[in-house]
Amino acid sequence: MTLLHWATISPFLLAIFIPLLYKYFRKIHTGWFVLILPLVLFIYYFNYLPVTRDGGTVTEHVPWVPSLGINFDLYVDGLSLLFALLITGIGVLVVLYSIYYLADKKEKLNNFYVYLLLFMGAMLGVVLSDNLIVLYVFWEATSISSALLISYWFHREKSVYGAQKSMFITVFGGLSMLGGFSLIYVMTGTFSIREIIANVDLVTASSLFIPAMLFVLLGAFTKSAQFPFHIWLPDAMEAPTPVSAYLHSATMVKAGIYLVARVTPIFGGGATWFWIITLAGLTTLIWGSVQAVRQKDLKSILAFSTVSQLGMIMSLLGAGSAAYYFNDGDNLLYTTAILAAVFHLINHATFKGSLFMAAGIVDHQTGTRDIRKLGGLMTFMPITATISLFGLAAMAGIPPLNGFLSKELFFTGMVQASQYGIFNLDTWGMFLPIIAWFASIFTFLYCAILFFKTFRGKFQLEKLNVNKVREAPFGMLISPIVLITLVIVFGLFPHILAYSIIEPAMQSILPGILSAGERFEVYITHWHGFNLELWMTIGVFLIGILLYRTMSKWSKFGFYQTEQDIFNYVYDQGYDGLIKGSQVITRAQITGRLRDYFVYMCVFMVLLIFYTMFKYDGFMLSTDNLSPVEPYMWLVLIAFVASIVAVPFINNRMTAIIVTGAAGYLVAIMFTIFRAPDLALTQLLIETVSVILFMLVFVHLPKLKKEKIKSSTKIVNLIVSISVGAMITLVSISAFAFGSETGFSSIREYFIENSKVLAGGYNIVNVILVDFRGLDTMLEILVLAIAALGVISFIKLRLKEGEDV
Amino acid sequence: MEIVMSIVIGIVFTVSVYLLLSRNLIRVILGTLTISHGVHLLLITMSELQRGAPPILNIGEENFTDPLPQALVLTAIVISFGVTSMLLVLGYRTYKEHKTEDLDQLRGSADE
Repeated sequence: MTLLHWATISPFLLAIFIPLLYKYFRKIHTGWFVLILPLVLFIYYFNYLPVTRDGGTVTEHVPWVPSLGINFDLYVDGLSLLFALLITGIGVLVVLYSIYYLADKKEKLNNFYVYLLLFMGAMLGVVLSDNLIVLYVFWEATSISSALLISYWFHREKSVYGAQKSMFITVFGGLSMLGGFSLIYVMTGTFSIREIIANVDLVTASSLFIPAMLFVLLGAFTKSAQFPFHIWLPDAMEAPTPVSAYLHSATMVKAGIYLVARVTPIFGGGATWFWIITLAGLTTLIWGSVQAVRQKDLKSILAFSTVSQLGMIMSLLGAGSAAYYFNDGDNLLYTTAILAAVFHLINHATFKGSLFMAAGIVDHQTGTRDIRKLGGLMTFMPITATISLFGLAAMAGIPPLNGFLSKELFFTGMVQASQYGIFNLDTWGMFLPIIAWFASIFTFLYCAILFFKTFRGKFQLEKLNVNKVREAPFGMLISPIVLITLVIVFGLFPHILAYSIIEPAMQSILPGILSAGERFEVYITHWHGFNLELWMTIGVFLIGILLYRTMSKWSKFGFYQTEQDIFNYVYDQGYDGLIKGSQVITRAQITGRLRDYFVYMCVFMVLLIFYTMFKYDGFMLSTDNLSPVEPYMWLVLIAFVASIVAVPFINNRMTAIIVTGAAGYLVAIMFTIFRAPDLALTQLLIETVSVILFMLVFVHLPKLKKEKIKSSTKIVNLIVSISVGAMITLVSISAFAFGSETGFSSIREYFIENSKVLAGGYNIVNVILVDFRGLDTMLEILVLAIAALGVISFIKLRLKEGEDV
Repeated sequence: MEIVMSIVIGIVFTVSVYLLLSRNLIRVILGTLTISHGVHLLLITMSELQRGAPPILNIGEENFTDPLPQALVLTAIVISFGVTSMLLVLGYRTYKEHKTEDLDQLRGSADE
């Protein structure tokens, strides 16, 4: 375990102590203890920056299950460091914000911070592990901690609903991702991402390439809320706002983006990958931005806006993967899309984080998030309004903020992609920039709605749940102010990030494209001249403003009045159907009848054994090695069979006991014939005791009656019992024939030779029981003792109503 | 003998399973009793039958039958006795508490 390992799992370690800190330091808000950790971690990971800036990487190896190729290997490169900094950096701000947001004494802070730290550790694990299985484990841990955080206010029905939904969808994706990882292992024989990328030819050449890709993408798409799996994200907004800002906009939902970026060197370069990701991303982009316009709840608007922005980053990763297709020197030209993706990833975390925090402040101070009730807050909350203004302007793409820069790059990427001339792009490529452009209009529109409906317009105190609206406490404002400062700084001076963070991350997404010593060109500027992108942006502004101005007209339409996403309907119906379907199956199967369960077991056993024997031609009959049947033996056998067969037909208790007793004594005689005197003795003894026991108990039991059962049930019973009997006969004959055919020698010689020598006894069976297998016999006695205890308690124990044992 | 025994054992199993599928608790108990006979005979049949003397050293014989399956069956007889007695008392107590030995009436919970 190196320092890097300890740093990565340190959130888990701290989480153990949170309940204690919460219990013994009630005066101090638990958040202050938590705050230290992400701060230290941020500084720690920041120290890796000089390494990755020069294109270096750090690998730390700790074996975990080496025989299965599962090792806790951590790998720091540009991409993972970018995410680690995001996780810890936003983590600091979110924890700070949460201290003021969850200031109520009744909040269960111990739960909250344990879950939050679990998430932080899991997320660091996801982005830093090199091993796919370890990555998967951390991945599922993020799903679980996310569900726990969504259901933090678990007494609210909607929180539980949202948590369950997110859990279902993301864990479903996670499991299919595990399937994809297993296929990758089948192809390459390793779980290490480094080694897989080194052996990428094995993957590309394999017939499992497409299934593996689809499975992995399913995991990424569900996590990153890509269409049509996006429906869990808006419902996840039931979580406390710090959680929404942290997990559901800045970090966790970007895990899917991370995964796609991480496996681009493995799967990228083909048309399938390009089209699936680009189209999924663009569909999500436009769907999310259109849905966002329809929402009335501040956080819902932001949720759909997150969905749409995630789609945008995803589509850029898809378009950028085309760089792998061109293997000549020109491929550096095609990396703009990846540049835009990485840059927008950072920008989105900054402005969306601050917007969520601002929405949380509005909710906290006014008691509502409904834009129909809000309005005119600018006078009362000037700082929050300013924060929102900058955040929304960045999201809408207004210069000179960072959102403008990445949106321009996004347009550039899409326009370039439409001109690649590969993957049928000459036919369909023109739609990429058009979709991007349309979606951006809606993005502009919902940003305008969000700002003007909340902070401008008429102030309606009577609709709010508070008596007086005030600006938030200063502590709550620190975090969004820090983020909004970053929005402005990155907007004005994008080159702070260019070669320190963006370029190393690009190198991780597109390794092997650069020749040694070469670097990607990161050229981000506000002014490109009058090119297509600029006209697109101007068009977005004009149409966006026009749409906002005419809002009073189109807001009357049903499109705006309803806000449910139709995929929620699909999900809810599917969920109900699943529960009802399983109830139907369970009711049909679990009847409470002993007979039915026994029939299931017998039928399954018979089918399994007959199938296996038939398939492997297991039936055998050997007449070679048989022992003779003396005439007197026939007598015994016939008597035995007759007494056994008679039992079901007897309707008199006494007769039944006598007949079964007779069968038992006949078994004893058979043991004598088979040279087993000890068995015969034991059988005689046991049979006698059994008969006495039966006699004793039968006095208290009702008379045996002729059973009234349907003839159809009777026939089924007969068929089942006859097939079980036939199966046993066949297995027995075949097993005996197999035994004499293979001629394995029995281990009896050992016991015969050593019985006297080692154990000093002449009766070999007894010696085996009390000496060679003495421990077994002791445990057998224990079983009998337990049975005896059971018998006594069944007879003696008389409990009164409600009394327990 | 082994093939004859196999058929006999098959019949024992048929009857036992039929008894176990019955609705009457007493017949089910009888079924467990007879099925254990079947299992014991099956085990002993699988070691070759009637080869050599009983496995006791000081009776002046050279060849012995296989003692190991006998030891196994001996254990099984005792355990099956434990099972049978336990079931018998369970059946007795069930009847005392519920006044019925019909498994169809004994099944199920209140919410059905």
